[in-house]
Amino acid sequence: MEEYKYIGQPIVRIDGLEKISGAAIYADDIDFGTNLLYAEVVESTEAHALIKSIDTSEAEKVLDVVKIFTGKDFPFKFGLYMKDRYIFAQDRVRFIGEQIAAVVARNPKAAKRAAKLVKIEYEKLPVLVNQMDSFKDPEILIHPELDEYTHVPWFFPKTKTNVAHWRKTRKGDTQKGFAEAYYILEDTYTVPRYAHCAIETHVAIAKYDLSGRLTVWASSQSPHTQKNLFAEALAPLGLTHKDVRVIAPHVGGGFGGKAGVTMEIIAAAISTKLKGFPVKMRWSREQEFYNTYQRLGVIAELKIGVTKEGKITALDHKLYWDAGAYVEYGANVVNAVGLSAIGPYRVPNISIDSICIYTNLPPCGAYRGFGYSEFLFGLESHMDRIAEKLNIDPIEIRKINAIREGDKTAYGADMNPNGLFEAIDKVVKEIEWDKKIVSENEDKVIAKGFALFWKAPAMPPNASSSAFLKFNEDGSINILVSAMDIGQGFLTVMAQIAAEILSVPVSKIRVENPDTDRNPYEWQTVASHITWSCGNAVKNAAINAREQILQIVARTLRLPKEDLYLDDEKVKCKTKQDFGLPLREFVVAGIQAEDGTFKGGPINSSGIFMPEFSSTNGDPETSQGGHPNVHYTVGAGALTLEIDKKTGKMKVLKVVEAIDCGKVINSSLAKGQVVGGLVQGLATVLYEDMRFDKNGKLLNPNFTDYKIPTALDIPEEIVPIFIEVEQPDGPFGARGMGEHTMLPAAPMVANAIYNALGIRLKSMPLTAEKVAMAILNNSK
Amino acid sequence: MAKIKLTLNGELRTIDVEPNDILLDVLRDKLGMKSPKCGCERGDCGACSVLLNGKSVRSCLVFAIEVDGQEVVTLEGLSENGLTTLQKTFLEFNSFQCGFCAPGVIISATELINKNPNPSTEEIKEAISGNLCRCTGYQPIIDAMKHCTSNK
Repeated sequence: MEEYKYIGQPIVRIDGLEKISGAAIYADDIDFGTNLLYAEVVESTEAHALIKSIDTSEAEKVLDVVKIFTGKDFPFKFGLYMKDRYIFAQDRVRFIGEQIAAVVARNPKAAKRAAKLVKIEYEKLPVLVNQMDSFKDPEILIHPELDEYTHVPWFFPKTKTNVAHWRKTRKGDTQKGFAEAYYILEDTYTVPRYAHCAIETHVAIAKYDLSGRLTVWASSQSPHTQKNLFAEALAPLGLTHKDVRVIAPHVGGGFGGKAGVTMEIIAAAISTKLKGFPVKMRWSREQEFYNTYQRLGVIAELKIGVTKEGKITALDHKLYWDAGAYVEYGANVVNAVGLSAIGPYRVPNISIDSICIYTNLPPCGAYRGFGYSEFLFGLESHMDRIAEKLNIDPIEIRKINAIREGDKTAYGADMNPNGLFEAIDKVVKEIEWDKKIVSENEDKVIAKGFALFWKAPAMPPNASSSAFLKFNEDGSINILVSAMDIGQGFLTVMAQIAAEILSVPVSKIRVENPDTDRNPYEWQTVASHITWSCGNAVKNAAINAREQILQIVARTLRLPKEDLYLDDEKVKCKTKQDFGLPLREFVVAGIQAEDGTFKGGPINSSGIFMPEFSSTNGDPETSQGGHPNVHYTVGAGALTLEIDKKTGKMKVLKVVEAIDCGKVINSSLAKGQVVGGLVQGLATVLYEDMRFDKNGKLLNPNFTDYKIPTALDIPEEIVPIFIEVEQPDGPFGARGMGEHTMLPAAPMVANAIYNALGIRLKSMPLTAEKVAMAILNNSK
Repeated sequence: MAKIKLTLNGELRTIDVEPNDILLDVLRDKLGMKSPKCGCERGDCGACSVLLNGKSVRSCLVFAIEVDGQEVVTLEGLSENGLTTLQKTFLEFNSFQCGFCAPGVIISATELINKNPNPSTEEIKEAISGNLCRCTGYQPIIDAMKHCTSNK
């Protein structure tokens, strides 16, 4: 293995000092002067209704109100993968909380007061809050104009239904596979919606200046995609891409919730009619819950057949997704699962139907895990249940079926190199799988649970990254990229990659969050693909800079280029031991030749990366033939769970997770991802419980009633394990890991509960209340 | 409007406030201290925590007019003489990710260490349990605080 100086090291975050000193600037922290206006949205109080009239007369009378906008002002659609949303509701509303109008005022209090005075008259329509009702009922159409929506070519909406997309994957012959099975287990698992709960709510400030230039400052995971979607949606107003600029300062957590475009489009649009005035929108915590994206809910019908020895013969997975009122982003979650809902297993005969269904609940979209947490709950519960039935150890049944490099994925492409078996073995060892623990307290029972996971980035086949790199006079470096540090440590990792190639210490490299005018294109900071994709772009830029450096030294000083190399901020020569030219002496100034002239000049470079092998050209009926996913990251997790039999209260005594993220670039930040991701994953199982009433109103949009963990709720011990089977096309062999860390949480807990109590819970969340009720019902 | 005087990060400041102005908004919009963050406006998340006469409070639950004549310290004010040991350790441990909760967490942690230089793990967890963090799983924050205390 190659020795690295910076790659793999537990380097301190390059944005750390800003963040612990209070220097870090987030979108809401930027000052815009006395002309700043504030916008407050008027929201629908109905889940499904026609808008009969909007009366703004009382609101207009409020002192300091500047202007009120409604759907009439902006009859434009927007959306990432499918344009099914309007900037403001037009003739109808489809969920409670949907934006109908915006009141702009000189101060936030006036805007809030006036927004309450806008009167909306509705004609109610029947409300669909359950995806199965919505799926079965073609009488009530949430989007009657579904046929007219533009969408990416790999979506298949079903006309005159509430189905926005239906991803089918077929391989082999499931009928034959089930006929061959010794045992078939068929059951249904339910996973509800969840909220991201980034501590920073969405903030956007837009300014359309007197020259017709639109700048948007946003808390964002997707500055370039936002720029593109703003320019597309507002094109009827004469805006072109060069007129639109997105500046993304530090972002206070994303988890998928700040991907794509949500409320930012409102600020962007209304600013175009407030020429010269910056206008600010900041979502309240409530709005953050119901009008960004939520994680999709799913009802999953799973049928698996196995031989007597435990080998899977066939899998049939039908997933009915509650995607909400708009699915412009969420439909791609459904798509991703439709391609991958076999889990990390060899399955010869496959049928997957992943169905994206409109409901009159808040829109759903990207959430860390992108659908994989949801289907793994059922799949990994199923594996344990089958193992028990066959009297095989749950670890063994997974090893019998686990996918290996070169095996075929569900859509027929080759599985990438991976260390799944090593992950299983290391987790089993660390959790001491065979060692039973008996609680000293007779009211408590302790058991272990195990689960595997996998996930691929879900992205268009041409999602790309780019990087600019420039040297300063002292040999320090600025790197310009457009992915976002949403906390994962992206900026630091990019600095490490450039540091390794150029032999310049990380402390001399500055990488900051982007301004789309200055920084080159990046698709989005999603899909756990940034270390891999943008890392490749930065690596290419650094290699390009190195090439320029070596060339100018070779040319000017007449040294053989093949003997030159970079070390310790100097150009050195293999054949000339005493030669060492410091970078700072020439990377801007150039090199002086004997005749007094200067050669070379500032070293500036660029690099790009696009996965040119990726394609979504699979057959719509089978998904065979394309290469929609670039690679999978796999891993295993296990935990030791203590359950209080009287109260159902659970405590995670120890949790272990092994993840094969290829080469670890920063061991400290990678551990941070595992610990943070596991706690977030466990929260969706043990605490978080979103409640809607029958009319589709969210009942707990706040942190008092929707519980996310505090420092008192974390596991007693968390052990991250890294398997480093290198990704051939990754920078230094790295592949993604940010989302994966939360994936095994739900099935590990479900399996541990079963192992402790003999109770199989099939509907998330698995809260103390639910466990206590199950114990009670079981004892009757 | 009423004029109030307060000591903010060691400096005497005077400012006009409405009776219903929230301390968090006044600190951010009228006094230029941007480190206290708004995460919920109802005291759930702790991102707006500041020290009021040495005790941590959620500045979203305090009226600005209430701090007349009192002493307020925000994260900006902690490192007047260089980073504190706690801040240095948080940095070294990569304790924060997105950093949005950091100002509030550091205020709560500082209050604890000032009061109790050698807290137990449970006391550390308790002290920061009013500060929500969605990124880190709290462990690297707790580890850094433990490291600081055992160093003393």
